[in-house]
Amino acid sequence: MLRLENISWSTPDGVGVLKDISLTVPDGKLVVITGPNGGGKTTLAKIIAGLYKQDSGRIFLDDKDISDMDITERAGAGISFAFQQPVRFKGITVRKLIELSAGEKLPVDKLCDILSKVGLCAEEYINREVNSTLSGGEIKRIEIATVLARHSALTVFDEPEAGIDLWSFTSLIKTFEEIRSSLKGSMIIISHQERILNIADEIVIVANGSIKAQGKADSMMQKLNENHAISGKCYKQEAMF
Amino acid sequence: MNEITKDLLREISEWDGEFKGAYNIRENGQCAGRMSSKNIKIESKKDQPGLEIFVAPGTKNETVSIPACVTHGNVDDLVYNDFYIGEGADVTIVAGCGIHTETGEPARHNGIHRFFLKKDSKVKYLEKHIGKGHGTGLRYIDPVTEAELEENSVLEMDTAQIGGVDRTTRITAAKLGEGAKLLIRERILTEKQQTAKTDFKVEMNGKDSGVDLISRSVARDDSHQEYHSVIIGNAPCTGHSECDAIISENGKVDAAPELHARDNDAALIHEAAIGKIAGEQILKLRTLGLTEEEAEATIIDGFLA
Repeated sequence: MLRLENISWSTPDGVGVLKDISLTVPDGKLVVITGPNGGGKTTLAKIIAGLYKQDSGRIFLDDKDISDMDITERAGAGISFAFQQPVRFKGITVRKLIELSAGEKLPVDKLCDILSKVGLCAEEYINREVNSTLSGGEIKRIEIATVLARHSALTVFDEPEAGIDLWSFTSLIKTFEEIRSSLKGSMIIISHQERILNIADEIVIVANGSIKAQGKADSMMQKLNENHAISGKCYKQEAMF
Repeated sequence: MNEITKDLLREISEWDGEFKGAYNIRENGQCAGRMSSKNIKIESKKDQPGLEIFVAPGTKNETVSIPACVTHGNVDDLVYNDFYIGEGADVTIVAGCGIHTETGEPARHNGIHRFFLKKDSKVKYLEKHIGKGHGTGLRYIDPVTEAELEENSVLEMDTAQIGGVDRTTRITAAKLGEGAKLLIRERILTEKQQTAKTDFKVEMNGKDSGVDLISRSVARDDSHQEYHSVIIGNAPCTGHSECDAIISENGKVDAAPELHARDNDAALIHEAAIGKIAGEQILKLRTLGLTEEEAEATIIDGFLA
């Protein structure tokens, strides 16, 4: 379980981005955080993973105070973070990156298990470098595979749909539906996409640095569909593609 | 053969007490062991220090090892090795040089290698350079490689110098005939006050010849590297060079690639990137549980792998 208490954060030049955010993500639940661009969603995700340090407030993972832990320590404590723009590495293979994630060398059948969860064939990918020869869809899948390999208590995905084409997105949604069906630990997804919202247990709307609404997915979807003004048109229906 | 040579051989070649295939071991300018095989003859040059290595036409899947070791200071070793690769042969050449000094005197190995590849032959050339020992004497390795590739021959060079060598100047020059291919993969890491200079000149003279030159380097501490490549397309050909460098601390890298298209159907490309390790790369690896230091080492190891 993740618990955020009164989290605030400002940019170095003093612009308030997050204002007094408190949120609980229960065990075994998928929470989707949505809201308009610039509302603070990615900042919140980065604060949870330790990429940014909150100005005030406390963060607890399974009742352990992780507020002052750095990125490495939070990873060790059980937090995984999937980047919105996956990082590329010249010379580091898919196999090496997944083994670094898992914390051990892995036989091909294990690599195959992990990569098949994101729709990739291990034989085709394990020896490829995580470099610019991978397409946007491929590197996104590998990014997701790196966090799945960690079996973390909490996994945070920052806009998994960003920067990929329609065809990759459609199959990525299937991947998330499958991850959802076998979810262990808790999961947070920052997303604008209706089909991601549809698989959530809870939906949280963050706008202007604050939580504007939160609740069970069914009732939140109803509210969002009834009145886009609540969400500030924060999510995109598939028809928009 | 002394113990230092044995240690160096283990690092620069696949020596495990013996070599598989033909070999010549050079130790402080002297021959410390040699064996020819049925298809690969190794002979001493008559007019200057060095070897003539003859690979018979049609030789397949054989290896010849010619490591050179300098095990103490005050040695200035110069050697000329010529490789004659027969038509249709397909062999691996394991070169490599280890320099060890425990004194304040300099130690140097200068290997001048010439390759003559006949039609349809193929050579994989592996070269690893290391510097060892606690002496303050400078360790120099200055290789010169010249290659002439006849019709449809292929030379694949894989070279690595990962630290320990204080001064190096690497010169590589090649002339390619019709359909010939040259693949070069170079990796250099310098640290402390080390300097490394690498200079390539490739002339593509035959139709459909091609070169792919990939250089990756890491300059740490106060070290300095210079990269210079000249690719000349005198015929319909393809040329690609890529120079990637990571700099850290006060490391400096100068890169000067040149492309010269002298034929309307010459297609030449150069890519170059120099910079410190991207912060995002370190962050990503830290989110997987690595410390900042572990992340840096992993990125550099992968980059130079």
